[in-house]
Amino acid sequence: MLEIAHISKDFGGLKALKEITFHVKEKQIYGLIGPNGAGKTTLFNLITGFLPATHGSIQFLGNELTGLKAHKIAKLGIARTFQNIRLFGTMTVKENILVAQNIRARSGVTSLVQFFSSKERELQEKADDLLKRMGLWEKRKEQSLSLAYGEQRRLEIARALALEPRLLLLDEPAAGMNEAETEDLLGRISEIRNTGKAVFLIEHDMNVVMGICDYISVLNFGELIAEGTPDEIQASEAVIEAYLGREEE
Amino acid sequence: MSVYTQGVIALMGVNILMALSVYAIVMADQVSLGNAGFMAIGAYTSAYLSVKLGIPIFPALLIGALAASFIGLLIGVPLLRLSGLYFVMGTFGFGEVVRTFFMVFEPTGGAYGFRGPVGATLPMIYGWVLVLIVLFWLLSRSRLGRSLDALRDDAEVASSIGLNVTLLKLGVFWLGSFTAGIAGGLYAHYMFYIESGNFHILVSAIAILCVILGGMYTFWGALLGGVIFSILPEVLRFMGGWRLSVYGSVLVLMMIFRPSGIISRQMVRNTGEWVGGIFRKASS
Ligand SMILES: Nc1ncnc2c1ncn2[C@@H]1O[C@H](COP(=O)(O)OP(=O)(O)OP(=O)(O)O)[C@@H](O)[C@H]1O
Ligand SMILES: [Mg+2]
Repeated sequence: MLEIAHISKDFGGLKALKEITFHVKEKQIYGLIGPNGAGKTTLFNLITGFLPATHGSIQFLGNELTGLKAHKIAKLGIARTFQNIRLFGTMTVKENILVAQNIRARSGVTSLVQFFSSKERELQEKADDLLKRMGLWEKRKEQSLSLAYGEQRRLEIARALALEPRLLLLDEPAAGMNEAETEDLLGRISEIRNTGKAVFLIEHDMNVVMGICDYISVLNFGELIAEGTPDEIQASEAVIEAYLGREEE
Repeated sequence: MSVYTQGVIALMGVNILMALSVYAIVMADQVSLGNAGFMAIGAYTSAYLSVKLGIPIFPALLIGALAASFIGLLIGVPLLRLSGLYFVMGTFGFGEVVRTFFMVFEPTGGAYGFRGPVGATLPMIYGWVLVLIVLFWLLSRSRLGRSLDALRDDAEVASSIGLNVTLLKLGVFWLGSFTAGIAGGLYAHYMFYIESGNFHILVSAIAILCVILGGMYTFWGALLGGVIFSILPEVLRFMGGWRLSVYGSVLVLMMIFRPSGIISRQMVRNTGEWVGGIFRKASS
C-alpha cells in the first residue's frame, strides 16, 4: 500500500537518507528501527509532505505523494504522530479529536449555522467512542496539556485515528514510557491493526518492536542495512553491529 | 444625549469593528498592521459611491467592504507566505501605500479630502457591530473555528490532520479586510468628511492594542478592547497632557502582569457554563 522507491534526502551536505526502497503492505505492522540520527523521522517527514524529497518516489494506494501538500496526503488516508508530542494546546482532550474529524465533516463556512445534524451527532459519538477505546473518556473535558505524559501520547494517537486513516505512522510512540505503559500501548497498536489499518512505527529500542511487528527495516546513517521478519532481524550481523557499535560509544 | 457623547459612542462602534478585523487575522496567528488600509478602501469606495453615484448607504457600504476584502485577497496571497515580523512589515507597507494613494488620488479629493457621505446612524453602526459579533460567535463554536484554533496552535500539525492551512489563512484575511472595510464605510458616513490622515498607521496600531489588551484568544477580547480604548481617553481627559502617559503605563503593566489580555478562553467557557446553568435552573 505504501511503496517507497529510491528515496533520498540531503540536508545541505548531510545525506540523511540514501536510496531507500521498501514496501508497507495492507494491515501490516511495519517497524522501522535504527539508532539516533539514522533518518527515521526524516522518512516520516517525507511521507507526510512535511519535507520535500531530494529524489525518489513514494506511492500510496497508487498515488504519488512526493510533491503533494501535507493536507492532501492526510486526506488520502495517512495520519501521523510526532516524536515530541504535538497536541493542540489551547484545546480540551475531546476538541483535539473533534478537530481531526474535520476532513470527514462539514467544516467549511456552512458549519457556522449547522447545529444538530445527524452527521454531526454521528461524529460526536465516534469521538466519544474513540476516547473510550483509548482510555481517555474520563479526561475528555480537561486541557490536553494537563494530561500525564502517557495519556498525551495516547491522545495523539487517538487524534490521528480520528482521521480514519488507512495507514497510521507512529514516531517512537513508546518513548518515555515505563514497561507497563509500553505493554499497554503495544496492545492498543495491535488492536488498531485488527480494525484493518496498517501501522508503520518507528522505534529506536528494538526490543520494544520485536513482539508486535510483522516486518522490520533497519536504518543506519541513512542507509537501509537490513529488512525482514523480527527473527531474521535479530539474527542479522549488520544489525547487531550497528547496535553494538552504538553502545560502545 | 449630547452630540459629543453620540460621537464617542459612534466611534466606539467603529473601533470595535476595527478590533474585530484585527482579531480575525489573529485567529490565523498573524498580526496585521495594515487594517487602516482596508478601512480606507471601504471608506473611500463607499463614500464615492454614495456621494458621486447616489447609491444608497447600505449597498455602498457593502460594495466598499467587498472592494476592501477583494484587495485583501489579492495582497493576502503573497503576504500570507510571510510569517511573524515579516507579515507585520508587509501589512504595514500595504497600509502606507493605501494611505498615500488616497492622499494623491484626485477623484476622491486627494490631499483636500472627500466631503459629503452622510447617513450612518448609531443604530446602523451598532447593527453592523451586532451582525459581526454574531458571526464571530458562530465561528467560535463551529468546526471551522476549531480548524482555525488548530492552525493557531500548530500550523504544521494542522496540515497533518488534513487542514488546508493556506485556505484558512486566506479566509480569515478576507474576513478581516471585509470587517475593516465596513468600519471604514461607517466611519465615512458618520463623519461627513474623510481625508487620508484618518487612516494613519496609528489607527491600525490601536486596533491591535485593543486585541492585545482585551484578550487575544477570543473575539470578546477585541470587543472589550474596542470599548476600553474608546472610553479611556474620555475618562482620562481631566488629566490633560498626562493622559497619554497613563495610557502607555496601563499597557506596559498589562503586558507584564497579564500578557494574554483581560479575557481568556477559560473565562468565556466558565461564563458560558454559568449562564447555561442559570437557564437550566430557570427552566426546571
Ligand atoms: N530539517 C532538518 N534540517 C537539517 N537537518 C536535519 C533536519 N531534520 C533532520 N536532520 C538531520 O538528519 C539526520 C536524521 O535525523 P532524524 O531526525 O531523521 O533521525 P532519527 O532516526 O529520527 O533519530 P532519533 O532516533 O534521534 O529520532 C540527523 O543528523 C538530523 O540532524
Ligand atoms: Mg526521530
